[in-house]
Amino acid sequence: MVSTPVSDGALPPSDTVLSAQRIAKSFNGVQVLFSVDFELRRGEIHALMGENGAGKSTLVKILSGFEQPSSGSILLDGKPVRLPPNGAAEALGIVVIHQEFNLAEHLTVTESLFLGREVTRHGLLDRKHMRAETRRVLDLLGCKISETAVIGALSVADKQMVEIAKAISRNARIVFMDEPTAVLSQSESAALFAQVRMLRDRGTSFVFVSHKLDEVIALSDRVTVLRDGQWIKTAPTSSLDGESIAQLMVGRELSSLYPQKTEPNVDEARVLTVTGLTTAHVRDAHFDLRRGEILGFSGMIGSGRTELMEAIAGLGPRSGEVRIGQALMPPGDVQATTAAGLAYMTKDRKHKGLLLGADMTANLTLQSLDQHGAWGYLSPKSMARALERARRRFDIRVRDARVQAGRMSGGNQQKLLLAKVMEVAPHVLIIDEPTRGIDVGTKQQIYHFIAALAREGCSIIVVSSEMPEIIGLCTRVVVMRAGRIVGVLEGDEISEQEIMRYSAGLKQKAVA
Amino acid sequence: MGTDVNQEVEVKSRWQEIDLRAVAPFVALALLLLLGALVNPNFIGLNNLANVATRSAFIALIAVGATFVISSGDLDLSVGSMVAFVASVMILFMNTNVIADPGMMIAAAMALALVMGALCGLANGLITTLGKIEPFIATLGTMGIYRGLTTWLSQGGAITLQSAEQQELYRPAYFGEVAGLPVPILVVLGVTSVAAFVLYRMRYGRHVVAVGSNPSVARYSGIKVDRVRTTAFVIQGVCVAIAVVLYVPRLGSTSATTGILWELQAITAVVIGGTALKGGSSRVWGTICGAFILELVGNIMLLSNFISEYLIGAIQGAIIIIAMLVQRSLVRRS
Ligand SMILES: Nc1ncnc2c1ncn2[C@@H]1O[C@H](COP(=O)(O)OP(=O)(O)OP(=O)(O)O)[C@@H](O)[C@H]1O
Ligand SMILES: [Mg+2]
Repeated sequence: MVSTPVSDGALPPSDTVLSAQRIAKSFNGVQVLFSVDFELRRGEIHALMGENGAGKSTLVKILSGFEQPSSGSILLDGKPVRLPPNGAAEALGIVVIHQEFNLAEHLTVTESLFLGREVTRHGLLDRKHMRAETRRVLDLLGCKISETAVIGALSVADKQMVEIAKAISRNARIVFMDEPTAVLSQSESAALFAQVRMLRDRGTSFVFVSHKLDEVIALSDRVTVLRDGQWIKTAPTSSLDGESIAQLMVGRELSSLYPQKTEPNVDEARVLTVTGLTTAHVRDAHFDLRRGEILGFSGMIGSGRTELMEAIAGLGPRSGEVRIGQALMPPGDVQATTAAGLAYMTKDRKHKGLLLGADMTANLTLQSLDQHGAWGYLSPKSMARALERARRRFDIRVRDARVQAGRMSGGNQQKLLLAKVMEVAPHVLIIDEPTRGIDVGTKQQIYHFIAALAREGCSIIVVSSEMPEIIGLCTRVVVMRAGRIVGVLEGDEISEQEIMRYSAGLKQKAVA
Repeated sequence: MGTDVNQEVEVKSRWQEIDLRAVAPFVALALLLLLGALVNPNFIGLNNLANVATRSAFIALIAVGATFVISSGDLDLSVGSMVAFVASVMILFMNTNVIADPGMMIAAAMALALVMGALCGLANGLITTLGKIEPFIATLGTMGIYRGLTTWLSQGGAITLQSAEQQELYRPAYFGEVAGLPVPILVVLGVTSVAAFVLYRMRYGRHVVAVGSNPSVARYSGIKVDRVRTTAFVIQGVCVAIAVVLYVPRLGSTSATTGILWELQAITAVVIGGTALKGGSSRVWGTICGAFILELVGNIMLLSNFISEYLIGAIQGAIIIIAMLVQRSLVRRS
C-alpha cells in the first residue's frame, strides 16, 4: 500500500493508535466517502474539518464501528481490525459522543452514565456508588445538574454535557467528539476543553469535529480537512490559521462573513410589540421590533430567551400582550400567530423541528400544506416544485433526494429546517440559533440570506449564543438574564464586553 | 456540484428503492396462496377465495380505521365492543318500525349506525386527548362500557331482527353480488381507496403521520395535534359502523358476545400490513392484505387435515409475532 501522506508531525509514526486507509463508503449506491486516509496518534487532539455533508460524521462512525466501510482497512495499534457494531467498540476503548445524541429520555443522569455497565454489590445495584461517581464526573466538567435529574427534563446543553460525562467516565483510549460544543455556552465549552487537555496529556487520543474555527485552533494538535468526501489535507494546527482552514474546506476564498448592516429608519412601523409578557420563567418582558430590523437576543443559556420566543409564537402559555402589527394575539394559539405572519424556527431540530424518519418533501411542506392544493388535497407536483426551489435557495446538498431527514448531515438538516419555516413566507421571523452545526461557508450564506430578507422588509429576531454572530448581524441587541430583559444595546454599544457585562449581571439599565 | 450526481441517482435507483416493508405482506399472501393450493386443490378455486375475502370484510373495514388511529400514535381497543353496541342499537331501532316503508327504515337505520359509530369514536378521541389518558387505558374503559351497554340492551340474550320483510330487503347488502363480485368485497375496496386517498394525497394524511411520528414536531409546525388524533378516532368509529351495516344482514342478530376479540384481529391486520405500531407510518393496502391473510390462514387450517382448527387463535398469535420479526429485520437491512 502506498504510504499515507500524513507523516508530517512531531511524533514518530509508531505512536499511531488508529489509522484508516483508503476508506470508501456508499449508502444505497451513493458514494459519500472516496478513498480517505486518516491517522490518529496517541495523546493528540485531531480536528476533523469540512463543509456540511463533507463526510465527517460518516468517517467518525466508520472509525468507531457504527458503520462499516464499503472498502478500505482500519488498523488499531497497527493491526487490521473489523470494529464491532453498535457501540461494542467501547470494549476496545473507543467511545463516541454523537452529533445527534443518543440518550434515553426517561432515565436519570446516573442511569444513563452507567447504562450497560451498572455497578453491583452482592447482585444488587450499588446506587450510592454510581451516584457518587456521576457527581464526581459532573463536577469535573463544572456541570451543575443533579445526578438524579431525568434526561427528558434537561436542556439541550445539559444533555450534551451528560453525553460528554458519559464518554469521560468510560476511561476511553480514543474519544470521538462530533460537534460537542454546538449547543454549549463558552464557559461550558471551556470546562470541557480543560478536561480534554488533561486527558490528552495522560495519553488519550481525541478526534474533534467542530465548525467553530477558533475552538479548533485553540484546542487541536493536528487538522484533517475533508471536502465532498475526499481527503484534502492533514497538517499540524500550528501551521494553519482560521483563514487557511476555511479556504481548504470550501475550496475557494471566502469574502467577508457578515453582510453590510443597514439600520431601519426610526419611523418604520412596529411590526411586533411585546408588553409585560410573563411565563413560568420569563418576567415582564417589554420590547418591540420595527419593520426591516434585525434584532438580536443575547444571554446565557437558561436566561429565558427560548421560552420568551416560544410564548410569543403561541407555543407556550403566557400572560401579557403580544401584538403583530395592530392585532392582539391570543395566547397559546400558534395558528393565529402563523396566520398573522409570524414564524418561529426552533433550536431543537431533532425533537421539535424535523420528522427524522420522513423525507425532505414531507418535512419541507409540513407547516405549509395549505399552499399545495385546495380542499385538503395535496398536489405532489406542487410539493416537488417547492422542494426544488428550497434546495436551490438554501443550497441543501444531499446526494439522494429521497433520503430520510435523520440521515442527512447535521448542517443540511439545519438548512432544511430553515427552508421549512420560510415556506410560510413570514414577515416576522424568529430564528433560534440560526447556525447551529453549520460550516463557515454556509454560515456566510445564511447571514447574507437574513440580511437580504431584512432589506426586503421582513423583520427578524435572532436568538444566538454565538456572540460574534449577534454582533456581526444585528443593529440592536436585547440582553436577557434570569428571565428578565436587562439591557438593550444599540450602535457602538454592541460589543462582546458590553453584552457580557449585562448577561453576567454586572450592569443593568431600565428598559422602556 | 449537486446536479450531476443527482441525475445519476434518479436514473439508477427506481428498482432498488422499492420498500421491502411495503411489499412483504403481499409476498406473504402469495406464499400462503401457494401453500393453500398444495394443501387442498379446492382452496385455490375462485369461489373459495371470494368466500374468504367476504368473511374477512368486517375485520378489514375495522382495520382500515385502526390504520388511522395507529398511524397517529394511538390505539383503540374498544372496536369489538363498539361493533356489538352499534349493531344492537341498529337492530333495536329497526324493530321499532317507526318508518312504515321498510326500505326507508333500513336507510335510516344505516344512517343511525354511522352517526353512532362516529359518536363512539368521538368519545374515545375526546377521552384520550382532552382527558390526557393513555389511549390504551381510555379505550380499555370504553371497551367495557360499550360491551356492558350491549349486555344491558340485550338483557344477556340476543337481539334479533324481527321483520321478515326487512330481512329479505336487507340481505343483499351482505349476500348480494355486483358485476360478479360480492358486495362486501366491493365495499372494502371502496373504503380502502378512499382511506388511501386521504392518507397519501390529502393534508390530513400528512398530519396523521406527523403526529404519529413526533407530536412535538407536529405542534411546532402549527398542527392541531389533538384535533388530528380525535379525528382519527372518529374515522375509526365510522369504519366500525360500516362494518356493522354489513354485519347485521348476515345473521340478523347480535348478542353480548358479538365482536369479541375483533380489536386484536384488527390490530394484527394493521401490523401484518406493515404499519408500525408505534405510529408514524401508514400502509392501508397492506392492512386489508393483512386482514385477508388472517382469514386465509383459518381457511387453510379448515381445509387441511393435519392441524386442528381449534388452534386457529394460537396460529394467528404466532403470525403477529412473525410479522413483527420480519418487519424488524427489514428495518435493519435498509
Ligand atoms: N445512513 C445514511 N443513509 C444515506 N445517506 C447518508 C447516511 N448517512 C450519511 N449520509 C449522507 O452522507 C453525506 C455525508 O454526511 P455526514 O453526516 O458524514 O456529513 P458531515 O461532514 O458530518 O456534515 P455536517 O457538518 O453537516 O454534520 C451526506 O450527503 C449524507 O446525506
Ligand atoms: Mg456531521
